[in-house]
Amino acid sequence: MTTPTYVAAIDQGTTSTRCLVFDHGGRMVAVAQHEHHQYFPRPGWAEHDASEIWANTLRVLPEALDQAGLQPSDLAAVGIANQRETTIVWDRATGRPVAPAITWQDTRTAELVDELNRGPSADLFREVCGLAPAGYFAAPRLRWLLDHVPGLQRRARAGEVAFGTVESWLIWNLTGGTDGGVHVTDVTNASRTMLMDIRTLDWDQRLLDALDIPAEILPEIRPNAQVYGSCTVGLPGVPIGGAFGDQQAALFGQTCFATGEAKCTYGTGAFLLMNTGDRIATSEHGLISTVAYALEGRPPVYATEGSIAVAGALVQWFRDSLEMIRSAPEIETLARRVEDNGGCYIVPAFAGLFAPRWQSDARGVVVGLTSYVTRSHLARAVLEATAWQTAEVVEAMAADTGIAFTGLKVDGGMTANHLLMQYVSDVLDLPVERPLVAESVSLGAAYAAGLAVGYWPDLEGLRDNWHQAARWEPTMSDPLRRRERAAWDRAVERTLGWVVAGDTVVPARRFG
Amino acid sequence: MPGSIQSIERAAAVLHFLGAVPEPVPLGELSRMLALPKPTVHGIVRTLVDVGFVVQDPDSGRYTLGEGLSRLGETLDPHLLRSRSVNWADGLAARTGLEVQLGVLAGQGVELLHHVFRPDGSPQRLRVGELQPLHATALGHVLLAFSPAASRLQELVSSTGSTPTSPVTLTRAVQQAFRRGWAVADGTLRPGVAAIAAPVRHHLGIGVGALAVVGPRERVLSVAGDPVPALVEQVVAAAAAVSAHLEDRL
Repeated sequence: MTTPTYVAAIDQGTTSTRCLVFDHGGRMVAVAQHEHHQYFPRPGWAEHDASEIWANTLRVLPEALDQAGLQPSDLAAVGIANQRETTIVWDRATGRPVAPAITWQDTRTAELVDELNRGPSADLFREVCGLAPAGYFAAPRLRWLLDHVPGLQRRARAGEVAFGTVESWLIWNLTGGTDGGVHVTDVTNASRTMLMDIRTLDWDQRLLDALDIPAEILPEIRPNAQVYGSCTVGLPGVPIGGAFGDQQAALFGQTCFATGEAKCTYGTGAFLLMNTGDRIATSEHGLISTVAYALEGRPPVYATEGSIAVAGALVQWFRDSLEMIRSAPEIETLARRVEDNGGCYIVPAFAGLFAPRWQSDARGVVVGLTSYVTRSHLARAVLEATAWQTAEVVEAMAADTGIAFTGLKVDGGMTANHLLMQYVSDVLDLPVERPLVAESVSLGAAYAAGLAVGYWPDLEGLRDNWHQAARWEPTMSDPLRRRERAAWDRAVERTLGWVVAGDTVVPARRFG
Repeated sequence: MPGSIQSIERAAAVLHFLGAVPEPVPLGELSRMLALPKPTVHGIVRTLVDVGFVVQDPDSGRYTLGEGLSRLGETLDPHLLRSRSVNWADGLAARTGLEVQLGVLAGQGVELLHHVFRPDGSPQRLRVGELQPLHATALGHVLLAFSPAASRLQELVSSTGSTPTSPVTLTRAVQQAFRRGWAVADGTLRPGVAAIAAPVRHHLGIGVGALAVVGPRERVLSVAGDPVPALVEQVVAAAAAVSAHLEDRL
């Protein structure tokens, strides 16, 4: 028996399932990955096969260990970070999902949510779970399944089926599934269901009643860092020490443990989360209050979250729909051919405007076109759109919390784009910092698991693992920043009111 | 004048034929159209498949032009190279405790395409975009040794007392880098600063960039002044790992 020297993280994301192994210094020593299928059976629907995700999990675990030449006994613990709000219901007796997983990108519950918002309980939701009802969260999807899978409501009441977001599904399967699987969720994932009291961290009966959801179907809510059970398969004998929704995991992985510390993760969308300590920030600007993390025996720490729906997705659109570039990183090469945007602005309100404006009748615009504008200027405008959207959310967050930003910690794939990071720093007029380990999501899950088993002693010890890998300082002059900001604002105005009665409406949705 | 080489002519004919036909072509068809025996044509197309100019459909066994051909005129996008390097460069900095630089050829110099700070919490300046002289850096020596069409150096300006300023010294250093597969620089750009660099190679082994650790002389070199072997090993391994991932799906 060797002394366990590493901690593993399972990062179950929208497109793939990965396993990463970290050492005591928080350095990554192995990574294995498998993608799963995306199903779009109808417009607005987006599904995953939960069984495929579980099968991929069982594949990546030994692959990651093999890469580093490790045995399960070399692992002190494993943690899980997952795509949030994706909804799974499975049969407790057979272990099989009763329907495809409805993912966070799915908009089928738009009508149900509209009804809820017109009804008497909308304020109750806002008050108790801290969220205005939206199709973005898990509970409306669960309601949809209970309505559309024959006999499911009855079976739920009888305790024959189980509901969970992806971490619940993986933990249940890893701890034995039909043979004694542990049915739990963590506070961060539970805080995105619309069913949890954000203060007590328990399911709230009034909210369950409002959506007619039987309590028998729900997992038990647990802290983020706690041993939920030990793996019987995949990593036999290894304790599962933590679980986290991916964005909260990144906040934790970036060691934003103090009030006011914030990070922005740039992926398909971008997610800015700020630690608000014991305060649940009520937002005047369309931000979401959420649980940042809860450690065993300690009061929960809260966060406020601003989501930018279209960040990397705009670069993907530029690549795949406009075919202007062949790979995403090439956008920087193209953009660097010119000094500025040539007067061109792109506002990617593809499904309406999100935080802080929330205008569902808005649609995207490309404005300022003249014969002077080339595709290089368009490339600039694509990158600048992400920077200005970040600025809008940063301003909203500073206004809501009364906490001024002194810098922004960033992570995610787009941080490899130097021009973008410089522009973010320029428009925020703040330094932007990238950590040495860009895998903040996985690192956060590993940290939680490691804390639970004493592999890391405390939060302060984890801070020592954070190292700055790059820092961008603002270089833009104030007059230029003001001029560009005014132009961006004018461009945003042009998106408003585009959708009128009689148009085919693609419902605006929040991304998670 | 030497005569033309028959097998190259025939290979060119195969490529022209495949390029002219919109659908994958069976071997028999190729053989008939080129008026050559099947084994001869098979040998040619197998070779073309091996070098990536032709692909064979696994189900039908038919042949069509490969991606390798359309990629011939393309140069590797520098930002794609950076994007592929980020995780390995981070890992290299984390393991060595040193600053990491990724450089590419830019005219008479090395352009720093990527820069990872030394992970010690000290204030540092991001050097991305900075131009450094080829002859005075480990990155430059690696690029001169492994990259094609390396620009001719005009003036070997001295940065420190250790900068190689004679063509003979520089040539010796570049040749040594080529033989070893890595280069070392000791105070040639800034006094007291040493670096070890290794090539990042595209297909066929062509150098497309160079990856280096840079740090105080006493961290990079032994007391005797030789590069620390474990560092050399890590730099070479990281550069090789980036090379291996250049072909990954985007």
